[in-house]
Amino acid sequence: MISNNIKNASRIISTYSADVFGVCSALYELGGMVIMHDASGCNSTYTTHDEPRWYDIESNIFISALTEAEAIFGDDDKLINEICDAAEDLEPKFIAIAGTPVPTMIGTDLKAIASVIEQRTGIPSFGFHTTGMNSYIHGASLAFETLVSRFCGAGTKKQPELSVNIIGATPLDFSVNGSMQSIKKWLSYEGFKITSCFSMGDYSSLENISNSGSANVSLVISESGLAAAQRLESMFGIPYVAGVPIGKAFSEVLSKALKSAACRNTSDTEIFADRNPDENSRVIIGESVFSASLAQEMLIEYGINSRVISPLGNCCLQKCDAELLGESDIENAVKNASEVIADPLYKPIVNPSSKFTALPHEGFSGRIYRKDIPDMINNNLFLERKLK
Amino acid sequence: MLTKLNHTPSIPKVKISCAQFPAPFAQGLEYCSPARGTWNIAHTGMLIPEAHEIFVCAAGCLRGVVLTAAEMGAADRFSTIEIKEDNLLDGSMESLIIDGVSDILARLPKTPPAILLYTSCVHHFIGCDLDSVYRTLSEKFPNVRFTDCYMNPIMRKSGLTPDQLMRRQLYSFLVPREKDCKSVAIIGNDLPIDRSSELYNLISDSGFKFNEIHSCKDFDEYLNMASASLFITNIPSAIPAAEELTKRIGGKHIYLSQSFSYDEIISELSVLAKTLNVSLPDYTDEIKNADLALSDAEKVIGSAHVVIDYTAVYRPLSLARLLLSHGFNVQTVYADSFSGEEKSDFEWLKANFPDLILSPTVNYKCRKLDRQNIQSSEKTLAIGQKAAYFNQTNYFVNMVEGGGLFGFGGIKRLANLMKEAFLSEKNMPELIQIKGMGCECCL
Repeated sequence: MISNNIKNASRIISTYSADVFGVCSALYELGGMVIMHDASGCNSTYTTHDEPRWYDIESNIFISALTEAEAIFGDDDKLINEICDAAEDLEPKFIAIAGTPVPTMIGTDLKAIASVIEQRTGIPSFGFHTTGMNSYIHGASLAFETLVSRFCGAGTKKQPELSVNIIGATPLDFSVNGSMQSIKKWLSYEGFKITSCFSMGDYSSLENISNSGSANVSLVISESGLAAAQRLESMFGIPYVAGVPIGKAFSEVLSKALKSAACRNTSDTEIFADRNPDENSRVIIGESVFSASLAQEMLIEYGINSRVISPLGNCCLQKCDAELLGESDIENAVKNASEVIADPLYKPIVNPSSKFTALPHEGFSGRIYRKDIPDMINNNLFLERKLK
Repeated sequence: MLTKLNHTPSIPKVKISCAQFPAPFAQGLEYCSPARGTWNIAHTGMLIPEAHEIFVCAAGCLRGVVLTAAEMGAADRFSTIEIKEDNLLDGSMESLIIDGVSDILARLPKTPPAILLYTSCVHHFIGCDLDSVYRTLSEKFPNVRFTDCYMNPIMRKSGLTPDQLMRRQLYSFLVPREKDCKSVAIIGNDLPIDRSSELYNLISDSGFKFNEIHSCKDFDEYLNMASASLFITNIPSAIPAAEELTKRIGGKHIYLSQSFSYDEIISELSVLAKTLNVSLPDYTDEIKNADLALSDAEKVIGSAHVVIDYTAVYRPLSLARLLLSHGFNVQTVYADSFSGEEKSDFEWLKANFPDLILSPTVNYKCRKLDRQNIQSSEKTLAIGQKAAYFNQTNYFVNMVEGGGLFGFGGIKRLANLMKEAFLSEKNMPELIQIKGMGCECCL
């Protein structure tokens, strides 16, 4: 018990964005209305630290402003009525309700509430049993998967040309620094027609997403896109490949894997060459798909072996990597590393004798280092500068 | 099925003549504007020198405060204990806190003299035995003082609000000390009192020591605030703090509201003078100076629209009354509700300026902002960040929580700020998004 409790304690590092914010981030640009069912504070946290689009792009993200009395005596009708009234005004394309700690504790049935709202408004509605106690990856994953199950219709005809869905895009992993545009540009250059992007920028309208079943292959660019890709595979037989096109060499590997998966109609989960780091090797801390892709680029382009420590899922991780959550465990795991590549808010727990390379991650440090987040897609400028 | 309305919902503004006091607007789904300048409980707790904050919450709740601390460059004074679902179900909450705090204290490079331990909404609902937690921690770490702080917004309508609780707990480490009859302390303000104010000058010119938490250089100096014999509050949410404090450590408490009414200011300064047992100075010159500053500002601002929000000053209706009485064209006051002390100003405005608009800031309809039309309309002066945002104006007084202003000196200073703001364009989108105005900020 004691060791588990200590794992939850962080002396100095930050906290990853939470599942409820992952839902909001994933659905932000789709024309829906998202309600965080919570007292208050969640909305401010999300819109301040986790949503770089808040000032410039309108989106209907609200909070229910739950009170103690409502939590104790129960007043789901109030929530339902308020959402229906707002929906009448705002005419959203869908309605999503995301849970937080107190609704979790009192067992609020958000799926049932969504069902009532859908019956009353005729607007597709869904409830997410987020708890505020999991990472944003979990919430975004639920949201992306729900988009597939609710909006991607059966009987969709396959496109004759090489076409791709991009799945797992939120500013929490890709910020608003041009990375998503670069991924789309790279895919187009490689000869792919983009069918949909879940769900940032071009190709991320609800109409694009509804058409996802017609693509030949899906590119999973973060752990949050995996469940949706698997759902598309089971519903439409669309294979997927996970990876972020970081640098020139790994982008080439990824492009070939995508084309091969589309051609063979089989998902490819073995595109990552084995890394053989030793105890003193470089360590990358971050989201699993992004970090594993970065590690691959460092291996094949520069011959550098590194380990990945992912506090956010295990997609694409290898045996030498680890999925670790607690500050003490991560501190221990990197203590002998020659270099640590991580968000700057990890620096205080990195051995001062290790080289520290800052690679900011919005899902961890929020807006603080937003201006310093590099666009590493299909280019090696950042790595060449930092690995000297 | 819903009927397609094909219109953008308009913000539910209301003329003051038709408005209810103190809450003019219906409650419902809430929106959060990008104006961030007001302080939160993590900012406020950092006012205690050398103290360390530990928050025990779910990740979603931790996220806002841990990044608050990081943005203000105080990550080394801030730790977290993250609650997982199993902690809610398996009865381990008390041991989670005790073990977590113990681990953090063991790993801090220097033991802090005091810990502000914040628990959250879920602790209240699961009936966590916090008394036992604090008792155990105090026994285990006799050299560290612990106090209970709360991040429980779900209780914001049940008894003391989290904001009131925070201000109360901010002084909970103070213990009885020998009273110094020539020492006065200001209680509960996030921002220090402006030195141009009569509040400061009357106290210091009369030979009293003027104490504020902001000027305490270390924890001992903070503890020494307990020797004050008079505690003054001037924001409503600090009143419970001073009442609890004087009950526990002695001394007298007076509340002096941040009013913009000349009569009320004189009345408050009279109370202060009487309490200090000094004669009330002649404020004729200060009143003249305030009038002159307002007149100067009015000449510059003319008939341009002026809009005010509740985050800039604690008495937005009192300020609207002052400005309207001095010829300014105040159009809108942004506030979701008003404190009880605004009642007479509300009634006066209703009778004398019935067309004054009241507008909410959190109603979901506030999300829809017709930026293009707003920007192309005439030059507007905003007092406060939310008013600036809703009017998309770069001409605004960037001030939160009263800005430490008080009295005639405060009015003069505000009038000058209004004039400056009207003449010099600011980068509104960038400035309003900085959290905790007045704190350090690394952005």
